[in-house]
Amino acid sequence: MPIRNIGLKALCLFGALALAACASDPESTTDGSGSGGGANSTPPPQVQQSAKPVQEGPAPGSQEDLDLNVGSLVFFDYDQSELTPEGQETVKRWAQWLNQYPSVTVSIEGHCDERGTREYNLGLGERRASSARSFLVALGVDESRLGTISYGKERPVCGGSNEACWSQNRRGQLLVN
Amino acid sequence: MMGIPMRLGLGALVFALLLVGGTGTPRAQGLQITVTSGNVDPLPMAVTDFHGSNETAGQVGRDMSRVISDNLERSGLFDALDRKAFLEKPEDMLVQPNFAQWRVINAQALVTGKVQQKSDGQLRVEFRLWDVFASEQMEGIGYETTPANWRRIAHIISDAIYKRLTGEEGYFDTRIVYVAEKGPPDRREKRLAIMDQDGDNNRFLTDGSYLVLTPRFSPSRQEITYLSYYRNKPRVYIYNIDTGRQEVLGDFPGMTYAPRFSPEGDRVIMSLAQSGNSEIYSMDLRTRVIRRLTRNPAIDTSPCYSPDSKRIVFNSDRGGTQQLYVMNADGSDQRRISFGKGRYATPVWSPRGDLIAFTKFRKGKFHIGVMHPDGSGERLLTTSFLDEAPTWSPNGRVLMYFRQERSKSDGVAGRVRLRSIDLTGYNEREIITPTDASDPAWSPLAPLN
Repeated sequence: MPIRNIGLKALCLFGALALAACASDPESTTDGSGSGGGANSTPPPQVQQSAKPVQEGPAPGSQEDLDLNVGSLVFFDYDQSELTPEGQETVKRWAQWLNQYPSVTVSIEGHCDERGTREYNLGLGERRASSARSFLVALGVDESRLGTISYGKERPVCGGSNEACWSQNRRGQLLVN
Repeated sequence: MMGIPMRLGLGALVFALLLVGGTGTPRAQGLQITVTSGNVDPLPMAVTDFHGSNETAGQVGRDMSRVISDNLERSGLFDALDRKAFLEKPEDMLVQPNFAQWRVINAQALVTGKVQQKSDGQLRVEFRLWDVFASEQMEGIGYETTPANWRRIAHIISDAIYKRLTGEEGYFDTRIVYVAEKGPPDRREKRLAIMDQDGDNNRFLTDGSYLVLTPRFSPSRQEITYLSYYRNKPRVYIYNIDTGRQEVLGDFPGMTYAPRFSPEGDRVIMSLAQSGNSEIYSMDLRTRVIRRLTRNPAIDTSPCYSPDSKRIVFNSDRGGTQQLYVMNADGSDQRRISFGKGRYATPVWSPRGDLIAFTKFRKGKFHIGVMHPDGSGERLLTTSFLDEAPTWSPNGRVLMYFRQERSKSDGVAGRVRLRSIDLTGYNEREIITPTDASDPAWSPLAPLN
């Protein structure tokens, strides 16, 4: 049941309280239910069990599925929160994917590079997350499935102090709950 | 005599000491430092070990002398002379120093003191500040306190000396709350921490299991307001330093951030982000009534009251990029005040009211600077890859901020440290912290009661 791993992974990225649990190896942990089911406590989606059993690839509707087959990141220009044309294409794919898995709820994280002040960047990260969210809603995704959270400049994916890293860090990130 | 006996926190007594020798009439041109004149020549000063009545008292006396000497030296206004050059011993100065001995080493000011341990274990600490060239006492104050409280008394004495010599309130009996950091940039652990102004008594207030940012002291209570990501919901909290209790402030539908107390401590002003739009709100801490102060699709954040609570300075990108604006406390009369090239952020009103400190970003460099509340007279005090978040000493003479160095290309985080600089732009120095440190906030001067 790979779906359990999905839940765990989402917890690792989201749950401050679950940090301790996640510090252990999530892959080897099979019992994710105790850590607070949340969105996953509803019955699992009607995965076509009758179809051929899933072998290697990620479970449909999972974070891995999103990361691998759709892409969970959109990037922004410096001090901008408008989606770029490429960003719009990504968010369109998000919308299709979300429509494919209607029981999935997500959170959109907004992030900034380190070349700004902390408080302003919290506002900017929120604006970026909101920008992607608005576009998803315009594309027909139900608002109730879409949360936002801003991390400002607190959670870069790339640690270096150079433009190559900064451009990766100015991002919106879609996370499956 | 027993001038004005008053109670001091932690049960200390304060009393003025009889003037010994001189008449107490200050010289026409008394020993005085002007602190506003920029690069002053530090005043040569001898801080002697306080004489102890027994071994315990002697150790306290030596320790206090070090703390006082270090405080004064760090202010940049005093040059603490090397003890090895001292010709007179503490036990020979119990009544009055031999001024000639101190003129030889060119000490202009001299600090002596004594510590007596009473039969109940309490300490009686006295210090005297002498004008060496006028051969007279400038100040003399005694304290009664528990031995455990010696360090705080040393800070209080430092403030008394600073005040007598500069005419300004001191800032040594204060604390700093800040964010202690460690780990790689993508998994940075951040904890609330608090320490004395000189870096001593460092203590962590949170355990690092959730992200915390931007702590600020209450001016009137043992409380800190800050942003916490507890349970992954970024919200403004209040932390009680005495009890360790943390309380979320209000029940808002979105992220609240950038909190700061009003000068009376009766409100918190902060931003609320909803649907990507950040607006400034104030909350009455007693009634919990909130009031919206800005209405603008821009990011309005980093609000800070003027010391008279009548005005608010804040940061907004409503004009295209981040600039500083002021408004009345009710939100009326919003006006831009920064017009220089570059982006301006994190405005903080000086406790004296005459200046606003800020972070400026221009051409790849960050600066800490100050300007008048009408935007005139901009002066940049620091420059680096990233300087951010100034906070004022309670006397408005010193700014503390943090400096982050470049991270390495392999992703190892650059050093992040607290620094202080005199308002004149001189005496820039690093504050020693056990880990990386950011987001400093200076406490008010502790009340002497």
